[in-house]
Formats: sequence, C-alpha cells, structure tokens
Amino acid sequence: MVNRKHFRKVAYHLFCFLLALFMLYPMLWMFFSSFKSSEAIFTTASSLFPSEWVFSNYPEGWKGFGGISFSTFFSNTFYVVILATLGAVVSSSFVAYGFARIRFTGSGFWFACMMLSLMLPFQIVMIPQFLLFNSFGWIGTYLPLIVPFWFGQPFFIFLDVQFIRGLPIDLDESARIDGCGHFRIFMYIILPLIVPALVTGGIFSFIWRWEDFVAPLIYLNKPSKYVISLALKNFSDPSSMSNWGGMFAMSVLSLVPAFVIYIVFQKYLVEGIATSGMKV
Amino acid sequence: MKKRGNVRKYTRRDQIAGHIFISPFILGFLIFTIVPILSSLYYSFTDYSILKAPKYIGLDNYIYMLTKDPQFYVSLKATLMYAMVSVPLKLMFALMVAMLLKTTSKLTVLYRALYYLPSLVGSTVAIAVVWRTMFISEGLLNSIINRIFGTNIDISWIGNPNTAIWTLILLTVWQYGSSMLIFLSGLKAVPTTLYEAADIDGASPVQQFFRITLPMLTPVLFFNLIMQLINGFMSFTQSYVVTQGEPMNLTMFSAVYIYKTSFSFRRMGYGSAMAWFMLIAVSLITSLLFMSSKYWVFHETDMRSKNGK
Repeated sequence: MVNRKHFRKVAYHLFCFLLALFMLYPMLWMFFSSFKSSEAIFTTASSLFPSEWVFSNYPEGWKGFGGISFSTFFSNTFYVVILATLGAVVSSSFVAYGFARIRFTGSGFWFACMMLSLMLPFQIVMIPQFLLFNSFGWIGTYLPLIVPFWFGQPFFIFLDVQFIRGLPIDLDESARIDGCGHFRIFMYIILPLIVPALVTGGIFSFIWRWEDFVAPLIYLNKPSKYVISLALKNFSDPSSMSNWGGMFAMSVLSLVPAFVIYIVFQKYLVEGIATSGMKV
Repeated sequence: MKKRGNVRKYTRRDQIAGHIFISPFILGFLIFTIVPILSSLYYSFTDYSILKAPKYIGLDNYIYMLTKDPQFYVSLKATLMYAMVSVPLKLMFALMVAMLLKTTSKLTVLYRALYYLPSLVGSTVAIAVVWRTMFISEGLLNSIINRIFGTNIDISWIGNPNTAIWTLILLTVWQYGSSMLIFLSGLKAVPTTLYEAADIDGASPVQQFFRITLPMLTPVLFFNLIMQLINGFMSFTQSYVVTQGEPMNLTMFSAVYIYKTSFSFRRMGYGSAMAWFMLIAVSLITSLLFMSSKYWVFHETDMRSKNGK
C-alpha cells in the first residue's frame, strides 16, 4: 500500500516535470541556439546544447541593421514603455477612486462603458485612430503610443476599483470628519493603501507595452525610432538577411525584461491574474 | 445606484468631484474610442486613400467585400477556424492542468510558475519568429522527427495548406498558463463543504468534478471564453509574423488583411468596412454567448464573484 502510494507520487511528479520540459523546450531551444553559429542552428537543430559555444552572436546581433544598433531600439522601448505605464497607472487609480468611492449620477453608465471598452479590440479602431493622430501630425512620433494611456486604462481601472472597494469605508469617513475633501482622501488615504494594485497594474502595463507590436507597426516609420518588437520583425525578414545567430540572440535579450519582472514580482502578477479573473 | 429616486441624495459636491475624478476616462473614451468608431462607420461608406478626401460611395465597400473579394472570405474562414478551435482547446487544457495542480506544495507552485511562462512571452515577436523557425522545412520539428525515426522529412509545416493554421493554433494553446491560474483561483473559491457532503453521499471524484467543480467554475469559464474569443478573432502577430499568411494567404487573419488593405494598399474606406463587419460579427457572437449563459452558467456564484456590483 505504501509502495503504491509512493509510486503514484513519483509518476505524478515525473509527468509534471516532463510536461514542463516539453512546454519550455521551444524557449530552451531558442536560448541555446543563440550560442550556436548561424549555420549550426539548423544543421544541429535536434540537439539542444551547442557542440561548440559561440558568443559572437550577441555583439554581432547588437549591431542591428541600417547602422542602428539595438542600444537605440532598447532605449526607445524603455522610453515609450515607462511613460505609457506611468500614465496608465496614475490616471487609472484617479479614475478608479471616482468609480469606487463617489456617488454621482451617471457613474453606473460610465462604468458600463468602461467594461464594454475593455472588450473592444484595438484592431477595430486602428484605422480611424491612425487618421486622428495623422491629423494631429503625430505619425512617426511616440505620442500615439503614450498619450492614450494617460486617460485611464479599463483593465487597470477595474483592478483598482476592485481593490478600493475592499478597503474599509470608515477610513474615508473619519478623514471626511477631519475635514478632508475627496482629493485629499484620494491622495493621502487611498493611494498609499492601493500600492499593491498599482504595482500589479504597473507590471502588466510594462509587459504589455513592451510586447506591443501592432501600434508601433502602424505609427513608427523610421528605423531610428523603432521599438524592440518592430526592430526584431525587421531583423528577421528573410529577404533582408540570414544572420540567424544574431536574430536568436536579440530575441533572447528582448525577453529578458519580462523574465526579470516575472521573477521579481511573481506574486503580484499571479494575484493580479487571479483576482481580476482575466488576462488579455 | 440604479434607483432614480436616489439622484437627489447625491450631494452637489459629490456630483462635481465624481465627474472630475472620472473625467480622464470620459475624455479618453470619447476621443480614442467613440469618435474613432463613429468616424470609421462613416469611412466605411467612402473611398478613402488618405491622400485624397474621402468620397461617399454608399454601400459599395460592403457589396465588394461580400460579393467580389475572395480574400475576405479566406481570411474570415481562417480567423474563425483559428479562434473556434484554439480557444476551447486552450481552456480545456488549462482546466485539466489546473485540476492536476490543485494541491498546494512547493513543487506544484514551481510547476505553476513554469507552465505560466509561455503565457508571459507567447505573444511577443521574439517567440513568433522562433515559432516560425520551428516549423519551416529545416526547422526544429523536422530535425527532431528525423533524428528519432531516422526519416528524411523536409516538408514545411508552414507552407502546407493543411498544417499551417495548426502551427498558430498550437502557439495559442501553448499559452494556457494564464487561464490555468484563473481556474486555480476559481477552484479555491469552491466551498469545501460541498465536497465533504458529496463524499458522505459516496460520489466518485469524476462525479464530483462534473456535478460540483465544473458548475462552480462556469462563471469564470464563461468570462474567459468571451475575452479569449474576442482576442482570438482579432489576432494579429501570430498570422503576421509566424506564417506571414503562407501558404497563398490562406492563414492571413482578418486583422492582418484589414491592416494590409488600409496601410499597405491605402484603402482606408474598405479597411473600415471590414473592421465594422468584424465588430458586428464579434458583438453578435458575444451576445449569443451571453444569451446562452443562462442555460449553462451557474448563477449563484455569478452573483458572488461580481463583487456586489
């Protein structure tokens, strides 16, 4: 009886481990291939580890294309992503306070609008948004990738509203008795308490903006302005080059920020997914 | 909040403060969502190439789309097939693995973290590029098959009309980790008393799954099904980077076709018409799902999980 139980446990863990290996294999392959020479990547594709470790893919790939190196692409991406994330986190918490703590006419209506726009895919509005930003003269700049995020993001508003509603209302009331208005209650009482929700939102925003491809594809037209996703796509175009080693190396590097965030903030990320019940 | 009679109770101060606090959202919603949606409705009735002013042409775009453009149907079919197959598969797989990892131990926490990784990076260009190299003729899949079986296969899974779409479906199902985490948190919310009662009544684990676990999870399942389907219908990067529409534009998803029509061929009017068609199609499917929900979504939990809203 003990043996059978023991056997089942071993089989269970063996299965889970093999599933993990199977699932992660593409990423492992990608990682180890970045240390193979461009020719060896495909001729030795079936062996995971390189027979000869090649490190030159990283400096070679970093040189980029058209005289623009990946230093530019990475710093462009950080610039856009940080400004968009900052905007999304700050504006969403502000809006969320209005929805969660103030009673006023139309709040239910606007909340419903927000939940609806949560379901609206970007591709539906991409043409008219492009035309709108074109009329502002914003094409080729980072503004279309940053400014819309300063008006509150439905997903993060929703996340913050859930969080604020979980806070005891007595806090607000005692502050109100002490003479605080809504703005001060928000700034000094609510904001410090919803830091975990802000961190969760910030993490999601950072990862999503970092990985975004469609919007940069539409709005950025000069390689010197490219963000990492766009640069990688151009780098990998079969017509332009066959530097597979460099391509794999830069692909690996482009995933590093997401991995670092995942390792450092795993708890926030997992809780964010669990509490909101969604991931887009 | 719904009662009209309450309106008077709101103080003037709250009325003003409330609108100030949500004003960023109202402004953004009007400028970046409502105005674009309405203007794209207008553009969909025009011939518009950005260089010249839009010219009103009535229903011509819609007539062309439905009667004269084979690629529109090819793209629609590929998109539907992709979304309708990949989303249920992904959710099923997520639920199965969630059941497997239900118990909490150090190792199961590690497994969860590992299984989530593909969701973290799966929609990036980096992974899309690598995914492509796995299924080309000299790619990873063929070389592993050849090594194990000693064969000499060199078909391109991406170039083959029968398999190309499956490489994209696989890429999506591979990212089941986030849904798995959602199901795991849903499982935690199921009251243990239900299982205890079922145990006393002698229900088998299989019966418990279908009579307790699955019904209790339906609200979460429902919400995820809708969100993932909407995203599936509008998938872009997979088709644009992995298969690049190969072979013969058979895997060019609607979102990519709309993009190419509007931005490569500069036919903004026609692109808008297709975008509006997709909006209507997605809304229809979503409302059908909502209507069906009363037959299969468990409502008692529904009330509770909605957070009193």
